[in-house]
Amino acid sequence: MNFAVVGSQFFPLLINGLALGFIYVLVSVGYTMVYGVLRLINFANSEIFMLGTFATSIVSTTVFKFNIDSHPSHGMKLLLVLLCCLLASMVTSAVVAVLVELIAYRRLRTKGANRLGSLISAIGTSIVLSEGVRILTHSIPVASPRVLSKFYVFKIHGVGLRIDQMLTIVFGFILFFAVDRFVTKTRLGKAIRAVSMSEENSRLMGINLNRVISLTFLIGGLVTGAAAFMYMTVYEQTVFNVGFNIGIAAFTAAVLGGIGNLRGAFYGGLALGLAEEFFSVLLGSQWKEITVFVVLVLVLLLRPNGLFGEAVQQTRV
Amino acid sequence: MINLRDAGAELWEGWNRPKRVAFAILAILAAMLLPYAGRYSLTNFLNTPISSYQAVLVYPVGMYILMALGLNIVVGKSGLLDLGYVAFFAIGAYTAAVLGTHTHLNIWEIMPFGMGAAMIAGVILGLPALRLRGDYLAIVTLGFGEIVRIFIINTPSIGGPNGIAGIPQPPTFLGQAFDIEHPDHFFWLVVVMICVVIWMVRRLSIRRPGRAWEAIRQDEDVAVLMGVPTLRYKIWSFSIGAAVGGAAGVIFASQQMFVAPQSFNYNVSVLILSCVVFGGMGNIWGVVLGASILSYLPERIRFISNARELVFGLALVLMMNVRPEGLLPRKKREHLSEEERAALKATRAAMKASKKSESKEAKN
Repeated sequence: MNFAVVGSQFFPLLINGLALGFIYVLVSVGYTMVYGVLRLINFANSEIFMLGTFATSIVSTTVFKFNIDSHPSHGMKLLLVLLCCLLASMVTSAVVAVLVELIAYRRLRTKGANRLGSLISAIGTSIVLSEGVRILTHSIPVASPRVLSKFYVFKIHGVGLRIDQMLTIVFGFILFFAVDRFVTKTRLGKAIRAVSMSEENSRLMGINLNRVISLTFLIGGLVTGAAAFMYMTVYEQTVFNVGFNIGIAAFTAAVLGGIGNLRGAFYGGLALGLAEEFFSVLLGSQWKEITVFVVLVLVLLLRPNGLFGEAVQQTRV
Repeated sequence: MINLRDAGAELWEGWNRPKRVAFAILAILAAMLLPYAGRYSLTNFLNTPISSYQAVLVYPVGMYILMALGLNIVVGKSGLLDLGYVAFFAIGAYTAAVLGTHTHLNIWEIMPFGMGAAMIAGVILGLPALRLRGDYLAIVTLGFGEIVRIFIINTPSIGGPNGIAGIPQPPTFLGQAFDIEHPDHFFWLVVVMICVVIWMVRRLSIRRPGRAWEAIRQDEDVAVLMGVPTLRYKIWSFSIGAAVGGAAGVIFASQQMFVAPQSFNYNVSVLILSCVVFGGMGNIWGVVLGASILSYLPERIRFISNARELVFGLALVLMMNVRPEGLLPRKKREHLSEEERAALKATRAAMKASKKSESKEAKN
C-alpha cells in the first residue's frame, strides 16, 4: 500500500483518472444503449473501439503523412488533422457497429433465437474482428505519430493539465451531453426509449423496430469511435486486443451506474476511471485489471441495479 | 436437412444390449487405434504437416474433446454461458505443477487434488456468479478467467510469467511408459478419460440432476416454480464441469511437463466454447464431433493454423446464424405413446405432401 504516493500525487492522478474516466464513459454509452434496447451485451463493442483507434492512426499516417519523426503540427492544420481523425474514427466505428448489428444480431432476432444464441454470435463477431486485425498487423502494436504537441494548459504547484487530457475531458463531456439530449428530447430518441421500455408496445405504436435498433448501434458506434480517437491522442498506441481491457472496464462502468441507463454510465465511467488510477498506485499497476473485475463482481453481487439503484433505473436510456 | 442425430439415436434405440455393448467396444477400439493411422498408406492422409500426428491427437484433439465435454455440462446441459472455462483448466494444471514439483505424489495421486481444486474454484465462483442472469454470468466468468491468469503472472512463488518446468510424467501403468516418446499412451489415457466423462454425463442426464439442468436451461423461472433448487443444481453443473476441466489440466501439465500462464488465456475458453457450439450444444456426440473437427483441422491444413481463432470465430457466427443447434443437434425429448407417435408421423407426412404440392403449384 502506497498511501504516501497517493497523497503527493493526488491531483495528477485525479486528472489522469478523469481523462480515462471520460473515455470509459463514452465506450460504456455504446454498451448501455444497446443493452437498453436489446437487453443484450454487445460483446463486439470492444472491437468497434479497437477499429476506431486503428482508423485514427491510419488517417494520421497515410492521409496526412505523419510519421514517428515528424513534428507535431500547429494552427489550422492541427485542427484539420484532428477533425479528420475524429471523423474517420467515428464513421469507422459507427459503420462497423451497424454492420455488426446486421450480421450478428438481426437474423437471430427475427428468427426468435434465444439469448444464448445472440451472445455467442456477438462473441464470434468480436473474435473475427480482433483476429482479422491481429493477422493484418502481425500482432505488432501500432504507435500513432504525435499530431498534437502535449503542452500544459496551466500549471499550479507542479500540477498541470495537459492539452490532450483537457481535450478528452471537455469533448467527452460535450459529446455525452449531446447524446443525453438527443435521447431525451428528440423524436428518434423517444423512439429509442420506447423500444427499451417495451419492444412489443412500441411496435404497436408504429415504431420501426429495425430502424431504431440500427440507430442505437449507430449512436453507440459514433460515441465509441470518438472515445477511440481520444484514447489515441492520450495514449498514442494501439494493438489488436486494445479493446479487451477497455471493453471490460467500460462494461463494468455501465454496470456500476446501472446498465441501460445513460446517466448511470456517466457516473460509473468517471468512478471507474478514478478508481483504476488510484488503485494502480495503491496496489501496483500489475493488479490494475483485477481492480476492474473485482469492482464488477462486487457491484453485480451487492447492487445488481447499479450504484444509483431504482430511482435512476426508471429513467431507462 | 437430414437429422443425423435422430437417425443415429433411432438405430441405437432399436438395438438390444449385447449389440450396443459390441458397438461401444468397437468404437472405443477404433479410437484407440487412431495414433497408428498415420503409418499406413491407406490412412496416412490423416498426418499433420507441422506437429507430430500422435502428439496432435493428445493435444489439442483429445484435450479439446475432454474440455468441450466438461464445458458442455455447463453450457449445453444447463444453459449457463461460461466464458472463463480456461480458469479451471489452469487450476488443474497448476495444481499438478505445484504438487508434482514440491511433493513426491505421482500424477495419479495428484489427479483427485487437481479435480478437487477446480471444483472448489467452481463453487467459489459459482456461489456469487450463478445468482446472476445469463449475460452477466458470461462477463463475470470471463473476468474470473482473466483474474486467474493475471494472478498467476503476478505470483512469483508459482513461477510468475516464467511458469513451472519439470512436472513429472505419470508412472508406468500396466507396462506402458508415459514419456515424450509415447504420445500414443497419453492418447489412450485421454480416450479412457473421455469415455468416463461420457458415461458420467449420460448417467447424470437421465437422472435428477440432468432433468433439473434441462428445466433450468429451458426456463429458469418455471424451474423455480416447479420446486427445482436451481442454485444448487447450477453450482453442481458448474463444479462438475470444472472438475473435468481440472482433470484435463492435470494431464496437460504432465504431458507437456511445463506450464506457463500464456497457455491459459481467454482464447482457449473461446475455442472450447466454439467446439461445443459448433458440434451441437447439449449433445455429447455433437460436442465430440465439433471438438474433433475444430481442433484437428487447423493442424491438418496449414493455412488455418495461422488463423485458427479467426476460423473459430467464424464458426461461431456462421453456426448461430445458419444452424443454431449445431452440427448434431440435441435430441428433443418426446414422451409419446405409440398412437401419438403414429399420429405425429402421419401429420408430418401430410405436411410434407402439402408442401410438395404447394411448390409444384408455385412452379406451374
